[in-house]
Amino acid sequence: MAVLVLAEHDLGALSPATARVVAAAQALGGPVDVLVTGQNAEAVADQAARLHGVRRVRTADGTAPTAETLVPLLEGLAGEYSHIVAVSAAMGRDAIPRLAARLDLMPVTDIVEILAPDRFRRPIYAGNAIETVRSEQPRQLLTLRASAFPAPRPEPPAEAPVEPVGAPDAAPVAELIATFRTEGARPDLATARIVVGGGVALGSAGAFRLVEQLADLLGAAVGATRAAVDAGYAPNDWQVGQTGKVIAPDLYIAIGISGALQHLAGIQGAKTIVAINTDAEAPLMKIADYRLVGDLFTVVPELIRALGG
Amino acid sequence: MDKILVAVKRVVDHNVRIRVKPDGSGVETDNVRLSMNPFDKHAVEAAVQLAEAGAAREIVAVSIGPRGATDVILTALAMGAHRGLLVEAEEKLETLAVAKLLAAVAAEEKPELILLGKQAVDDDAGHVGQMLAGLLDWPQASFASAIKPAGDRLEVMREVDFGRAEYRLPLPAVVTADLRLNVPRNAALPMVMKARQKPLTIRPAAEFGIDLAPRLRIEIVAAPPARAGGRAVADIAELATIIAEAQAAAEIG
Ligand SMILES: Cc1cc2nc3c(=O)[nH]c(=O)nc-3n(C[C@H](O)[C@H](O)[C@H](O)COP(=O)(O)OP(=O)(O)OC[C@H]3O[C@@H](n4cnc5c(N)ncnc54)[C@H](O)[C@@H]3O)c2cc1C
Ligand SMILES: Nc1ncnc2c1ncn2[C@@H]1O[C@H](COP(=O)(O)O)[C@@H](O)[C@H]1O
Repeated sequence: MAVLVLAEHDLGALSPATARVVAAAQALGGPVDVLVTGQNAEAVADQAARLHGVRRVRTADGTAPTAETLVPLLEGLAGEYSHIVAVSAAMGRDAIPRLAARLDLMPVTDIVEILAPDRFRRPIYAGNAIETVRSEQPRQLLTLRASAFPAPRPEPPAEAPVEPVGAPDAAPVAELIATFRTEGARPDLATARIVVGGGVALGSAGAFRLVEQLADLLGAAVGATRAAVDAGYAPNDWQVGQTGKVIAPDLYIAIGISGALQHLAGIQGAKTIVAINTDAEAPLMKIADYRLVGDLFTVVPELIRALGG
Repeated sequence: MDKILVAVKRVVDHNVRIRVKPDGSGVETDNVRLSMNPFDKHAVEAAVQLAEAGAAREIVAVSIGPRGATDVILTALAMGAHRGLLVEAEEKLETLAVAKLLAAVAAEEKPELILLGKQAVDDDAGHVGQMLAGLLDWPQASFASAIKPAGDRLEVMREVDFGRAEYRLPLPAVVTADLRLNVPRNAALPMVMKARQKPLTIRPAAEFGIDLAPRLRIEIVAAPPARAGGRAVADIAELATIIAEAQAAAEIG
């Protein structure tokens, strides 16, 4: 049977995470369809149709961005699929468990490795243990951590057919009344190849600009600790860790970050970690590939200059 | 609102550095500190604040787990919940079974609002609130960072991938708490003493007549690969060279 991947998109652009999940979903054994819902679904569908390994793209344009409208739509389509797969991010985390309960199934979420169409690995305890799960259920409902799967190789675009699906009339539910968007043209944090992260040691939103300057110089995304977000130095969608975004960049530069286990949970997949901290004993300094003991307020400006900024 | 139900789970304390059992059967939970799941503290705090503001009359704290999980119900009662319910289950339950038990409790208690944490930090599932909303066919707002009553509705700020999004929900509804929802109070000693006087019911899970059998098989639990430590860098010039090289490598792929 076939696999349905739920596309994630924002401002008319398919997320890079969706492309990775579509590529990873090829390991699930069936032909892969992609479902695009919400505003701009038609435009996004064309982007999904160009991905490799897509049998067809199905669209439900204009559906409201809530689990209460998405889930009845998925319930109607579920019979056609052996696997329904979402990116492990806000939309998938919101909808997949609700769908699972409606279908009386146990979902397997935050998957970091597909061993077989019914066997998966997922982290527990903030990534301090990894469980191997087997599901003998008739249908698998999954979320995949995009950071754990490679980006698809660039290839000439494919051309899958796009077909609309009828969305069921959903009962009156939650209405979206306002959005507060973090502006910026930086790479997507969850899939960025370079991330510069800042901790509460920055001390103010103004000083956090240092982290952003270094990031912009390197073409990097910006991350932050929960403490930095709670203090108002960085927006919530920059939080990296157990309860924020999980990243696996080639290079992570951590500035004034202690390395609490909840933060480490989000960076375990980073290839190279550089840490800058006044405290040589900070947990992050112990696991960093390269560590520099020093005051970030002297080190970072000099580093920016040395890198030609 | 007449009643708010808050679901609280007892988990390995978030400060404990856990150990995987050598036989791969799970994580060592004997003789480790257990406490209320951090997110659930924010859920309880939100309920108590709504009651203090006159927006809710009664808060019922419910936990599903072994007898010892009454500890976290007592914590909720000390924070200001009025009544506790332990659905006693010795075995570890999957999130779907937990959601079904909570749905059964909700059918009896008929709350207008159910508050949960967004995820339990042991299994890091993040399922139960959304499952419960699905079983009850109620609207849901997951990952809430602000809750405000608005007439017969609730306005909830949710933390999402691009920032934040505000929703208005009809009641009854399910809301799951994120860490920025509020600052949970530490119950003062007199409140802790008073909590012991509050009603706390214990009912066996079997009483609800729900199939609690697991659907998934955990084949093995293993420790993640350890990161080898690195080395100290002499100065900023060397660090700049390392970063420039790593950047070049990242661009090539
Ligand atoms: C349930 C739960 C979930 C959580 N989820 C997350 C999560 O997803 N992500 C996350 O990040 N955290 C999370 N946390 C919080 C986590 O436990 C830590 O509190 C947090 O990561 C600490 O952030 P920090 O490193 O910025 O601050 P601190 O731990 O205070 O560290 C600051 C560091 O800066 C260094 N420093 C100070 N001054 C300077 C200077 N001038 N120059 C250089 N270095 C300096 C210090 O030596 C220290 O190491 C969670 C906590 C809980 C309980
Ligand atoms: N055994 C349990 N008893 C009470 N509440 C629970 C239990 N398990 C999960 N919950 C609630 O559901 C939330 C999400 O848990 P989970 O889906 O397991 O990550 C938790 O923060 C709790 O509020």
